[in-house]
Amino acid sequence: MSEALGSYARRLEELARNHGLDYYPVHFEEVPSSFMMEIAVYGLPVRMPHWSFGVRYIHQLVQHRMGHSRLFEVVFPGNPGRAYLAGNNSLQENTLVTAHVLGHADFAKNNSLFKRSQEQVGYKIVEQAATHARQIGQAVEHHGQTRVEQVLDAALSLEAHIDTFQALRRDRYPEYVGPRRPPSDDPFHKRFGDLPGGLEPIDAPLERVRADIPPQPERDLLWLIAEYAPELEEWERDIFRAVRQESFYFYPVFACQIMNEGWASYWHARLLREADFLPQNEYLDAIKTHSDVVRPHAAEQQASLVVNPYHLGFSIWESIVEEHGLERAFQIRAEDDDFSFIRNNLSQELADELKLFRFEHSADGGVRVLEHDINALRETILAPKYNFVRPRC
Amino acid sequence: MEPRSSDFIERPGEDRHWYDLFSRGARDWLRHNDKVRSAVREKLPELIAGSDVLPRADSTVQVPVRFLEHSRFRLRDTGEGAGVGQGDGKPGDVLASPADGEPGKGAGGNDEGGYQFVLELKIDDIVDWLWEELKLPNLKAKSGAMRQDDYTREGWSRRGVRSRLDRRRSLKEAIKRRATQEDAPAFTDDDLRYRQLAMRQRPATEAVVFFAMDVSSSMTERDRLLAKTFFFWVVQGLRRQYTHIEPVFVAHTIEAWEFAETEFFQVSGSGGTVASSAFKKITDIAAQRYDPGRFNIYVFYASDGANFRHDRESAQAALAELGEIVNYIGYVETASAAQQALSSETSMLFEQLEAEIGVAGRYGLSTPESVWDAIRGFFSQQSQVEV
Repeated sequence: MSEALGSYARRLEELARNHGLDYYPVHFEEVPSSFMMEIAVYGLPVRMPHWSFGVRYIHQLVQHRMGHSRLFEVVFPGNPGRAYLAGNNSLQENTLVTAHVLGHADFAKNNSLFKRSQEQVGYKIVEQAATHARQIGQAVEHHGQTRVEQVLDAALSLEAHIDTFQALRRDRYPEYVGPRRPPSDDPFHKRFGDLPGGLEPIDAPLERVRADIPPQPERDLLWLIAEYAPELEEWERDIFRAVRQESFYFYPVFACQIMNEGWASYWHARLLREADFLPQNEYLDAIKTHSDVVRPHAAEQQASLVVNPYHLGFSIWESIVEEHGLERAFQIRAEDDDFSFIRNNLSQELADELKLFRFEHSADGGVRVLEHDINALRETILAPKYNFVRPRC
Repeated sequence: MEPRSSDFIERPGEDRHWYDLFSRGARDWLRHNDKVRSAVREKLPELIAGSDVLPRADSTVQVPVRFLEHSRFRLRDTGEGAGVGQGDGKPGDVLASPADGEPGKGAGGNDEGGYQFVLELKIDDIVDWLWEELKLPNLKAKSGAMRQDDYTREGWSRRGVRSRLDRRRSLKEAIKRRATQEDAPAFTDDDLRYRQLAMRQRPATEAVVFFAMDVSSSMTERDRLLAKTFFFWVVQGLRRQYTHIEPVFVAHTIEAWEFAETEFFQVSGSGGTVASSAFKKITDIAAQRYDPGRFNIYVFYASDGANFRHDRESAQAALAELGEIVNYIGYVETASAAQQALSSETSMLFEQLEAEIGVAGRYGLSTPESVWDAIRGFFSQQSQVEV
């Protein structure tokens, strides 16, 4: 790490705090690009071993070799937050990335979804994941790779099937259904009883009975299996719990991707613009990187079938700040997720300006532009965010 | 909370190797490949039986496979869908016509794209696996009853050519001599020892395999493929028993010709079937080029079983003659499953031969899977009938 980057980073932070960005301290680390790639693939610096990550790794490696993707940073929320920067990037690039990371750090501390998940994992997901990895490593030693892998296969297959509306640490279902109480005699129930048809006689037993499992449909399959699957050994349950915890951690990252990347991009652009301590030519190089990152994919072609989330998020945040001021923007970053963010803030005018269109593709590969209607656009952008594109159980 | 500031973690120069300790991606990728490999291995007989092109023995087979995926609950995939794009586009514009489009790409974002990768398997490994899968006996390296003369290394001599100088041995001699002499020179010419060669008889480890096939019009493409698959794996098996194997290919209709391997499986003739022509041809070739005293001779004959009735006598005679020089003679009948297997004219000829010389066998090939039964049959028999 060069002297220059360190001093830029300190001054960028000062600038950020003056603007009201509020974040836990961040540990920056410059790492080799191979290491960056692994972190990006695993989603966490140290994570359980599994062949499926190997597949992702190869995808990433191919993309990387073909020059289709470039990793600038990986940030982990927490207290302290952790940010990994590619060591082979230029000073200008990493200056930009540092500013970008500050945006992420602010988002992670203040967005309510992030806050909730961070509170649940105790602001220590990086350490927790490393513990899981170690546990699973020990399980492999004790029970052999085949057995552990079978459990991991099952658990990771159900990765998306969690219920984030429930707490990470949930109480078990009540074991018994209590006896049905006779209707109380408050005014509401009296009036209810007076309705034509009368009350049905209560045939429920008056003593308590064992409750069904699950008592009502359950969406959190990982939890249900970990707690209630018959004939699982404790270490197997622990694997389900580990996968579930990591899945809880990933949910806000997934649910706020457009907002979060947009917010970080907004702030790296703004901080750099105001960083008068940067020499002219370095600023120019850094801002060139910015335009690479938030560039619409359609730049070179007539039309692109993918929307760059950095670009979309960045544009929406700019329009929010322009129209409603920074205060409102801070409030939105605290309260929204991608669903409300897109629905409330992607206006028809902005969509037209960004030249967004909705298209359909048929099974034979034909692609046709459908419309520019803002409601249809919003819902189509959000469609892949419902339940990780999985059926809801 | 005490105010803390962000900082850069520095790992000093040498510590940067710390990062090299991480190769989880590669590790998990290898694990994935192991899994694919063993899945392929379990399906191997079917995969290979179904393939159109047989590999060369010294090469590798490439099996295209897909990446493994998690099993998961998923929404119905109709290949259709909608997405949001960016750029100039008016409602009704066609951005990709059905012909040049890449189906399934672009929309939804949940598609990994159809990456495939190619698994390369060594023929040698495949043979190992097959032996395990088919529960075939371990074959011992074979030395036929036949003898062949060859030079072998034997003993040392004081004279010889430089290239056969045995340095270790020479040095030993020098040390012995110096132990008994005073002021001895380091080396003298008398110390030098040369390896000596002697002409000795050794068991024959060479084999010739004759593949004969009926290419008359009644043999279909499928029949040939079955025969070819069988032939190929027989050679792979025999390769484990002999240091050197030479295949010879003979095709016949009413006449017989020798072919190169590449042409052999493409040849198709017309007309009838006179099996005796092939048997005679093989006997001729063996007499000219493969001295039964030096070579172990194997003959495999593939046919659909139909042979001209009037050829019966001469085929019988030719087979009997051939039976005297071979280690083994096998007959594979490529009859469709509907036909009664091994009840044909040709089959009867071999049945007689089997009764006479003992080292003959018959196998019915009706489906790609039955190739493995035939191979298992052949090699099980081989392990019992030790020559």
